[in-house]
Amino acid sequence: MDILIYGIINSFSLALMAIGFTLVYGISRLPNFAHGALYVVTGFGVWWFLNKLHLNYIVAILLALVLMGLVGAAIYRFVLIRVRGMATSEIIATYALGLAVLEGLRWGGFRGMTYTLPVFIEGSINIGGIPVDLQRIIVVGIGIVVVTFMWLFTHFNKTGLALRGMAQDEHAAMMLGIDSDWMAVIAMAMGSILAGLSAIALLPLGNIVVEAGYNVLILSIAVCIVGGLGSWVGAIIAAFMIGFLQIITVAYIQSHFHMVVALLAIIITLILKPSGLFGKQKELEERV
Amino acid sequence: MGRELATQERRKERLDRGIKVRTEGIYAVSSWQEVTYLVLPRLVLIVGLLLLPLLMPSLYWNRVISIVGIYALLALGFDFLAHFVGLVSLGGAFFIGVGGYTAAILNKSLGLPPALTIPMATIGGAIICTLLLLPALPLRGVYFAIVTLMYPLALTRIIEALNIFGGTDGILGVASFPNRWVEQYLIILIVIFALFGLRRLVNEDIGLVFRGIKDNDQAVRASGLSITLYKAIAVFIASGLGSLGGAYLSHIYMWSGISQFALDFSVIPIAATVIGGGGTLVGPLLGCFFLVPLSEFLRAFGTLRIVIYALILMGFIMYRSEGIMVYAQRKYHQFQRWVKV
Repeated sequence: MDILIYGIINSFSLALMAIGFTLVYGISRLPNFAHGALYVVTGFGVWWFLNKLHLNYIVAILLALVLMGLVGAAIYRFVLIRVRGMATSEIIATYALGLAVLEGLRWGGFRGMTYTLPVFIEGSINIGGIPVDLQRIIVVGIGIVVVTFMWLFTHFNKTGLALRGMAQDEHAAMMLGIDSDWMAVIAMAMGSILAGLSAIALLPLGNIVVEAGYNVLILSIAVCIVGGLGSWVGAIIAAFMIGFLQIITVAYIQSHFHMVVALLAIIITLILKPSGLFGKQKELEERV
Repeated sequence: MGRELATQERRKERLDRGIKVRTEGIYAVSSWQEVTYLVLPRLVLIVGLLLLPLLMPSLYWNRVISIVGIYALLALGFDFLAHFVGLVSLGGAFFIGVGGYTAAILNKSLGLPPALTIPMATIGGAIICTLLLLPALPLRGVYFAIVTLMYPLALTRIIEALNIFGGTDGILGVASFPNRWVEQYLIILIVIFALFGLRRLVNEDIGLVFRGIKDNDQAVRASGLSITLYKAIAVFIASGLGSLGGAYLSHIYMWSGISQFALDFSVIPIAATVIGGGGTLVGPLLGCFFLVPLSEFLRAFGTLRIVIYALILMGFIMYRSEGIMVYAQRKYHQFQRWVKV
């Protein structure tokens, strides 16, 4: 029962973390290796708004999300646009950016146990005899809402459809009048907002630490690869698989192996089915 | 309006120098001037490297030179993989760590001297790295970068969790080199050998296959060659260089531990390659000679130095992606003049 409940919660946390990366990489083909850095920056941003500027919690969250959207758009407009299409440079540029932000925060003294965000609602409830605090329930709720919203957005909204069109065939999409740069700006902005949203939902459960940036990046990539690029269903199922495997590993083996599960998941997927569980897009192009 | 016209009327034309064309064939040996033109840059590099330990005799700078050598090996491997085979490795620390631990374990548990452990760690480390990276090799795209990024982080956790190989303390008391001259000249000779060896390699037939894989892998496949096999060979070479550096590092510091999986080993080679000029193989070497001493000056600032590398790296890749060496080679081989259009 323990494993079932915490497995579900962990799976939704993973889905939340990964969905921004999935949107940006799976849909727009921009490997955003600064994803983890954006996650951590949002955490510290909200903390700063709350404790230094003494803003209302809701105002602080909204402000941080808007800023994240602008930051994401700026990353594309000023950094990625210059190296677009050169896979090597895209990876190195975003990785360097993420590294600069994370290590800069570490150097700036943002470490230790002092940085925490308050939970949305105090208290806990019993599910089948196991106490679960409300914040974790909220995480699951936000997860469901975000996933549903993203699915609706990419299937029934013109902008969302345009994003998927870009992913499938950039040249054909451009011939139909879709502005490739503008779409990429939108994708980066939304991806950054989603990274920020996951940070705001998940960080009240623990401390804000710089290391989380690397972990979030790796977990997002793991979910994205195992699920198959550009497939929402795949990403959700992959989040559940990795989420439950992690909880089972922690329960029966050792908590240190938390990250190793993600690595093994990637390796096994690459060996058995490189396009991921449900990846149809670009299946043939990835394989040499 | 007037300015626009001015830019339309003339533009820069770039032409090969006469001497460059004359020195391309065997007849270069016919005059001293042309032999000098060919030999001088190489000679300056080799003699400069060999004189370096004599010019900087203090103990501290001796150690820095050895470290520069180790980074140079990593950077050569990175440049070779990224610009000749098309594989971006974000995990130089992975190669260093595997080589370092292998050498330390061989030395401590079997009691082998450095003369044996370094070659064994080079080959062994290369085999381990290639096998671990094998799943990502049949694929195109960012998978190789992702997997190399993850291994150092994951191996650190595994070593901590299982408390193997000395756990967080690392392996202490690894044998050191007989004296500091051996330590420095050995690594300098290895670096020179690796540099010219790789340059030779990429101009051989196999180098052509490597570049084919980077530019058009379907054409290579259509020629009946196994892409995975050739990628594995390239990864074997690059990880061998990295493992050699790692083994050297263990013997220099007489210690091997999880800090050999640190981010510095992943970032500095990439930054050195981008600054020095990717695809030249000499560029990364010069980049290391610029970045590693900078890193020593910045040691007091802690992780700020990683921020500085990352920013330098971003600046270069966005605005000056050709790097120093490509620029210098162009100036050496070509001249520019204004021509009327």
